[in-house]
Amino acid sequence: MAVAARPPRRLINRIAGRHPVGVAFAAPYMIFLVVIYAYPIILAIYMSFHDYFFAAPGAQVDRPFIGLDNYSTALGDPAFRRALLNVVVFLVINVPLTVGLALVLASALNTALPFRTFFRSSYYLPYVTASVALIGVWLWLFNSDGLVNAIIGEAGPDPTWLVNRFWAMPIIAFFATWKQLGFYVLVYLAALQNVPQELYDAAAVDGAGKLRSFQHVTVPGVRSATTLVIILATIVGANFFTEPYLLTGGGGPNGASISPVLLMYQEGIEQNKPGYAAAIGVILAIGVVVVSLVNRFLLERD
Amino acid sequence: MRGTKFVRTRAIVAIVTAFLFVAAACGGDEESVSEAQRSTGPIKIWYSNNPEEIEWGKQVVNAWNKEHPDEEVPGQEIPAGETSEEVIAAAITAGNTPCLVFNTAPAAVPQFDRAGGLVNLAEFEDGVSYIEERSGDRAAQYGYPEGEYNQMPWKANPVMIFYNKDLFKKAGLDPENPPLATYDEFLAASQALVDKGGVQAAIWPAPSSEFFQSWFDFYPMFIAQTGSGQLVEDGQAQFNNEDGVAVAEFWRQMYEEGLAQQETYNGDAFADQKSAMATVGPWAIAVYGEDIDWGVSPVPTQDGIAPEETYTFSDEKSIGMYTSCENQGTAWEFLKYATSEENDGLFLEISGQMPMRTDIIGTYSEYFEKNPEYEVFAEQAERTVEVPMVSGSIEMWQEFRNAYSASVIFREEDIQPAFDSAAETINGLVEEGS
Repeated sequence: MAVAARPPRRLINRIAGRHPVGVAFAAPYMIFLVVIYAYPIILAIYMSFHDYFFAAPGAQVDRPFIGLDNYSTALGDPAFRRALLNVVVFLVINVPLTVGLALVLASALNTALPFRTFFRSSYYLPYVTASVALIGVWLWLFNSDGLVNAIIGEAGPDPTWLVNRFWAMPIIAFFATWKQLGFYVLVYLAALQNVPQELYDAAAVDGAGKLRSFQHVTVPGVRSATTLVIILATIVGANFFTEPYLLTGGGGPNGASISPVLLMYQEGIEQNKPGYAAAIGVILAIGVVVVSLVNRFLLERD
Repeated sequence: MRGTKFVRTRAIVAIVTAFLFVAAACGGDEESVSEAQRSTGPIKIWYSNNPEEIEWGKQVVNAWNKEHPDEEVPGQEIPAGETSEEVIAAAITAGNTPCLVFNTAPAAVPQFDRAGGLVNLAEFEDGVSYIEERSGDRAAQYGYPEGEYNQMPWKANPVMIFYNKDLFKKAGLDPENPPLATYDEFLAASQALVDKGGVQAAIWPAPSSEFFQSWFDFYPMFIAQTGSGQLVEDGQAQFNNEDGVAVAEFWRQMYEEGLAQQETYNGDAFADQKSAMATVGPWAIAVYGEDIDWGVSPVPTQDGIAPEETYTFSDEKSIGMYTSCENQGTAWEFLKYATSEENDGLFLEISGQMPMRTDIIGTYSEYFEKNPEYEVFAEQAERTVEVPMVSGSIEMWQEFRNAYSASVIFREEDIQPAFDSAAETINGLVEEGS
């Protein structure tokens, strides 16, 4: 039997698919993505391979192609290496603390607690408050004549916390953990709604106490949320800037709390070397993507 | 078909990416320089955002606008940003700088010039003569690149040591003739202030690592110690010489003995009387004058020199004319108007800051008779030194600040090797840019 021939596709359908009006509706957001995200990323990659600097429109300037020079300079720069080490210290403290605290708090806030709404709001408040305001509070806490030293007296480090080479980064990590905790508590709270109550009931029947239920029901039950929290915390943590900039006066005691993004600001904005800053940014982005992929692989092997 | 869709998607992405690369590499159009220089009409200016300079700016702009209705000048404060230099740099890149900025830092001029943002004032017929007649010998420090004037030196705040007379009395020090001339005297006085004056620090310069902080601790004393030397001269770093190391060792001792603090003070340590001294310019008289019984002393040197022979850092701000200006003819006339003897005098009267004009004490004798407290700064203004005008100036200062922070403030390295290493890097930077 002969099969009816398909009518030839119109040009607009060949370009924009079967429903071109869908492309029209998506176009404004696509343009926004291209202009706000895609173009700057492509420009940054372009800049990183050139001796690039910002110039007035119409100025005749020379921006020669220099290949991987910016990258090799960055990898050999002691300040950048220090910044990368600081990111590692930051993540080692921040990520496990975030995951642990957020899950425990979310579990607690998921129960029938008195003043539950107040507690939920309290944990979320630092997340929605501007860093600049919160940093004032932490400076008051950790200054040489701040509250913490007033309480612990001689047991405090010398030099004091924020100008101490060993304590500057951990203080920043604790601050960032505390500030962002509310968001991750929310993520876990949402995930906990999907853990069936029957599992807790079954565990109780098998004689599991609260701790064993948490370990064997809650933790596996929110595994996908844990993957999300770890990846998000890694991405946000690797890009920290405000905390070292404000808490430790632009990089801390002798650069002890300098971050890659702070270095990018110094090189790209203050010193007008955006090509070099872009190379730092590209290396940082690649590092974050690799770490995130490894995290995902380890956590979602099943 | 799935395969066709995949190929089409890849094609679209490839085309967009290629377009973006091309767009990234594209430049713009050029305008005739001489046409702009002859052109007259309305112009925009930015002045600083402190109250005195805003007051002066508004008065000058209003007076000009009354006389020149066809060449109106709407003035505004420089937009807020972490530093003015970043705001101006962003405006240069965007092509929306005003014609004149009355707050152009000399250290940023090489960078702005490299970006093609500044107009060479020497191209105006009377450009060089006007600048050099007004500022005299000091004008030469502001010529960059050689033979050009990409900035007009405007006003200076020569750095001196402000001290709190009450705290000095409390510490048993003579408040009228304080012993601050030599490093030994300064250290001893500082120790007395901390022990008996009830202060947390004798002096509290910002210990943070921004590139410009050295202008208020190391650099004024280096200039005094060398007798007008700059950080870099003839393409070579000077700060790692005997004088530079002596200044650094002095400050290191201040930090070691707790006479200066490693921690940034959140506020104004001098106003809050947490410190007894501060490195300031004449602006400090208006800021502290009512609340503190103050005195002023030149910056110390290792063995002490006469005040009338002491040099210091200028903390100068220039006026820049920017290439986005269409009516540069008007801009140049307004610039001369704003820096005339009359308007320089108005600026001095309102702000107390020193116009970069020769013989201000003689020219404005009436003002100094009524305000004798400013005379010491006016005398010091005759002996000021600027930051070196070299390419990569900001990177140079950051490099120096990192070495200073490591070896002086936090004492994690020895001074000579840290300074030698920074000097090598800075010499390379200067050579690269020349």
